[in-house]
Amino acid sequence: MVNYDQLIFEISKPGRSAYRVAKADVCDKPIESIIPAGLLRETSLELPEVSEPQLVRHYTLLSQKNFGVDTGFYPLGSCTMKYNPKLNEDMAGFSGFAALHPQQKTQQTQGALELMYDLSAMLSEIGGMDAFTLQPAAGAHGELTGLMIMKAYHESRGDQKRTKIIVPDSAHGTNPASANVAGFDIVEIKSTRMGEIDLESLKAALGDDIAGLMLTNPNTLGLFDRNIVEIARLVHEAGGLLYYDGANLNAILGQTRPGDMGFDVVHYNLHKTFSTPHGGGGPGSGPVGVKAFLEPFLPTPVVIKSESSYDLSYDRPLSIGKVKSFYGNFGILVRAYTFILSMGAEGLKRASEMAVLNASYIQEKLKDHYQVFANTKCKHEFVLAGLKGELTQCSTLDVAKRLLDYGYHPPTIYFPLIVPNAIMIEPTESESLETLDDFIDIMIKISEEADTNPEALKQAPTTTPIRRVDEIRAARTPILKWEPTPATSEEA
Amino acid sequence: MKTVEGLYYSKDHEWLKIEGDTGIIGISDHAQHSLGDIVYVEVPEEDDHFDAGDSFGTIESVKAASDLLMPVGGTVLEVNESLEDEPGSVNSAPYESWIIKIKFDDVSELEALLDAAGYTAFCEEEA
Repeated sequence: MVNYDQLIFEISKPGRSAYRVAKADVCDKPIESIIPAGLLRETSLELPEVSEPQLVRHYTLLSQKNFGVDTGFYPLGSCTMKYNPKLNEDMAGFSGFAALHPQQKTQQTQGALELMYDLSAMLSEIGGMDAFTLQPAAGAHGELTGLMIMKAYHESRGDQKRTKIIVPDSAHGTNPASANVAGFDIVEIKSTRMGEIDLESLKAALGDDIAGLMLTNPNTLGLFDRNIVEIARLVHEAGGLLYYDGANLNAILGQTRPGDMGFDVVHYNLHKTFSTPHGGGGPGSGPVGVKAFLEPFLPTPVVIKSESSYDLSYDRPLSIGKVKSFYGNFGILVRAYTFILSMGAEGLKRASEMAVLNASYIQEKLKDHYQVFANTKCKHEFVLAGLKGELTQCSTLDVAKRLLDYGYHPPTIYFPLIVPNAIMIEPTESESLETLDDFIDIMIKISEEADTNPEALKQAPTTTPIRRVDEIRAARTPILKWEPTPATSEEA
Repeated sequence: MKTVEGLYYSKDHEWLKIEGDTGIIGISDHAQHSLGDIVYVEVPEEDDHFDAGDSFGTIESVKAASDLLMPVGGTVLEVNESLEDEPGSVNSAPYESWIIKIKFDDVSELEALLDAAGYTAFCEEEA
């Protein structure tokens, strides 16, 4: 059934239904009397009509095509696809959390507020920051929030000239995108071959028009920027602020802290570092932490603690305002809180060490079989520069597609942009030595196939329901919606 | 890598052809080759004005999206509507597939641009 490929519209039969709606016991008004004529559809609405078993089978079969951390190894670099413990789900499922309504009075939600207050304190301690907002719904939303805080800070001081954000060329694409959305102009600076900030480029870019610098550390090559203290000094000296993109936080948990490196604003991705579900219905969560001098700018409401109770404070005149409805993705906060408590400080530190060890182990085992870009010890992830051999007929994309045939989710490819043919591997701490060894064997096998049987790579994937997609055609002439064909439509 | 004699080239890999007061702008063969298969070209509106170095649109390939940068300052006279349906023509005929026509601001800005031989040398240096 893995080849099941029907759309729900294709199994539809007129008149079939999964549920019988009771006859209305209020008077039935014609729709034209409720909705203005200009807003009404002119054509009939094409909805699928199926029975309940058909409906359940359809979506169950589709769900079986899913690949996730519960089904296999998912070494997607820069995404930290660690295992999501089921204990997190149990805690988030408690009715005291799951059945809360966001508009309940705070007297009735003291437990939830306490959790948010404590989680903020834990995240502050982990990052060496002073205060957190839990509102942002994902990493890029956190970036936007952090940048808006930086902007509000400069403007509150009457410093209107700071309209630019510096972003290194190795940054995640979200960094310049978020800065642009926040109304800044982007100044891109060069990285060194090790993906570190080029200090001369930085110095040249700094000035009284710079609002701040966005940085990931370890950087996108999985290498720690050794000049971070000097970078922070230079940026601060020029009157700018330092923004820490927490994408790679998993590498440094319990080892060092962005706050200690000199960062003023950080965001974490709870769906990366703190084991909450990642993508595909997550939802995400991107809390933002700040140093004390930026606390007045945090979004409202802020959870505050008095002697006897927790409360929500809206009275913050310098706040940038709300960035999300209510209080963020609360169910995700419960999961991250559960993870932190169940790991403990020692556990988080150990997780980070294992994440680095696992990445280093794979890197060491693959370095004779693929092009190495930065020949040095990595942190939680590393980047290969594609297959060896100038004459290889196979590309990084072919390697990634071939991995699908062997049951693995491919690594991140062609990122970071500073590495040609990049293959970016991040195993996380979750995996056993056996899983790592199996993956290494397959990666070596694929590198050999590239020489002995390149067609196997070029044709891949052959075992998945959808084979190699024609990406050019898909991008140039995409079919974005289903339309009835004459065979399935009565009107046609 | 192909170049065409008589065109001006920017270090951002745009070409500029002068016809009277009008400048015609596209991207070089080197640029289309590095980008790979082009799937979308976002063009500005007529009468928009841009300075030299400003982004006047974006070009998307299956690999990446890149800014299109003005080789000289000017006001948009005409955009190549056919690229909406045929973005791939930038790959197959980069020097025929112009993107915008402009009325340029200042003829002296041409001095900052390269000729075909200079551009070829620049690309070789960069590689």
